[in-house]
Amino acid sequence: MSTLESSTSTNAAGELKIVEDATCTFCGCVCDDMELTVEDNRITKAKNACVLGKAWFFNHHIEDRPEATIEGKPASYEEAIEAAAEILLNATYPITYGLSDTTCEAQRKALAITDWIGGIVDTTTSVCHGPSGMAFQGVGEVTCSLGEIKNRADFLIFWGGNPAESHPRHFTKYSLMPKGEFVPKGRKDRTAVLIDVRKTKSAKAADIFLQLKPRSDFELAWALRGLAKGIDIDPKVEQKTGIPLDTLRDMMDRMKAAQFGAILFGMGLTMTRGKHINSEAVLSLARDMNQHTRWVAKPMRGHGNVTGADNVVSWTTGYPFGVNLGRGYPRFNPGEFTTSDVLARQEADAALIIASDPMSNFSQPARDHLRSIKSVVLDPKLSETAKVATVAFTTATYGINTPGTVYRMDDVPIPLRPAFESPYRSDLEILKAIEHRIREHQLAGVQ
Amino acid sequence: MAETFILIPGRTSKQGTSLNEGKYTDGYLEEINTVQIAGDDMQRLGLIDGDSVRIWNDVGEIVVACKTARGDELPSGMLFISYGDKSSQLMGGETHGSGMPDSKGMDVFLEKHSGSSNS
Repeated sequence: MSTLESSTSTNAAGELKIVEDATCTFCGCVCDDMELTVEDNRITKAKNACVLGKAWFFNHHIEDRPEATIEGKPASYEEAIEAAAEILLNATYPITYGLSDTTCEAQRKALAITDWIGGIVDTTTSVCHGPSGMAFQGVGEVTCSLGEIKNRADFLIFWGGNPAESHPRHFTKYSLMPKGEFVPKGRKDRTAVLIDVRKTKSAKAADIFLQLKPRSDFELAWALRGLAKGIDIDPKVEQKTGIPLDTLRDMMDRMKAAQFGAILFGMGLTMTRGKHINSEAVLSLARDMNQHTRWVAKPMRGHGNVTGADNVVSWTTGYPFGVNLGRGYPRFNPGEFTTSDVLARQEADAALIIASDPMSNFSQPARDHLRSIKSVVLDPKLSETAKVATVAFTTATYGINTPGTVYRMDDVPIPLRPAFESPYRSDLEILKAIEHRIREHQLAGVQ
Repeated sequence: MAETFILIPGRTSKQGTSLNEGKYTDGYLEEINTVQIAGDDMQRLGLIDGDSVRIWNDVGEIVVACKTARGDELPSGMLFISYGDKSSQLMGGETHGSGMPDSKGMDVFLEKHSGSSNS
């Protein structure tokens, strides 16, 4: 089933609708086995959803907000499209940012706009697993699908993440609990290790918890790499990492004895000092382990279609994020063309922000600059970023109101099956209209 | 007197659920405006749940409520706060060529604050 019509049913009174195989787009798990009950344009039941998924489905109903605002005042859709096009056309160094909570179709359109205006396109990846994206380019990625992990993995290492709270169904649907072809007893056939600086809720689910000292992921990964290659490691590694060498030796013996191991790593690696070299160290460890047995390493992705953003930007420009199209060809340079930097250095003079709230979670210098420049913001909900926008559009929510494609954290594309229609336009419709208006202006200028 | 700590901003279930309810709801604001402190540290600093603490570094300063971390979740010397507006006020703009500011494992100072939190 790939369309709304084929996956939904309505009772005779037309008041109750069941949407089967709906897709949750709250987190990177992108669980596509939801059964939604819709009553009067509200989702009242979300069977199979986790606590985060239920909150996602139950709280994205239709809000009474203007379709568009200019300088905070309600405006017509047409006026807002014209104002948005003018802002982007008149900018010298515009930046397009966000994109991880919208469809791939909308992401493509945002990229097209950025290309027409010669701006930077960047996604929330740059403040998520962007460093891992850099690490992929440095050392590669021994990868697999979540289906392979479900069916094969008998040794799991969760490193620098807390799936019990951030990806609640990862354990039960993809990694730890499910019975698989080569792990028929499910949890009993798997060994799970949690490596983290905090003893989080995820620790209860693990067989082994290694409490790491802060900012020593790199040293731990390299100690394990050494052990994987049979190199003697200085016992002083415990002083740095907090983990005794004997414990590491024991873990390496178990890792070598596994049939299929997977390291699933979170932002404890990418957000901490070291960043991309932390990710490189863990990716290299997985690669080294293939001298002994099958090992993979996968980043745990946060937003529902952040992986789609990586894919769309990569297949369009050749690079995954932080891409400058100002010279008519793509240039990639994290630190130079990434949004946090471009804003903090006060370089960008306009912003197109889609489904993201940098005013709530960027560094203070970046926020201060974003507040000072003209911006066009698309978001289903009111946010600090929408509040400071020059032009703001209220949008339909992807997956709940609009169809399209998203990518699960393992790069598997999944169709969306919306539950009910929104009176607001989708990101795709709005971006199409902005692009159309920009092209009209540009072509008129040529003539 | 101020003490040094390592601050870990991160995600929580409550942050995720209340985020969907709205960033201006009491639940979300309470979650991102509360720092968790290890029980030993709470005792040593003479803090009780709900007290205000001032946290600062060379980038910024925040005043938030504190609460005791669950069980042995946090080792002494470490703080945890739900990732959001307050934690980001302590983030600098430098990304060391990565695009990612230092967002976890930040060195900060903490002291008891006599006023209320500025949430």
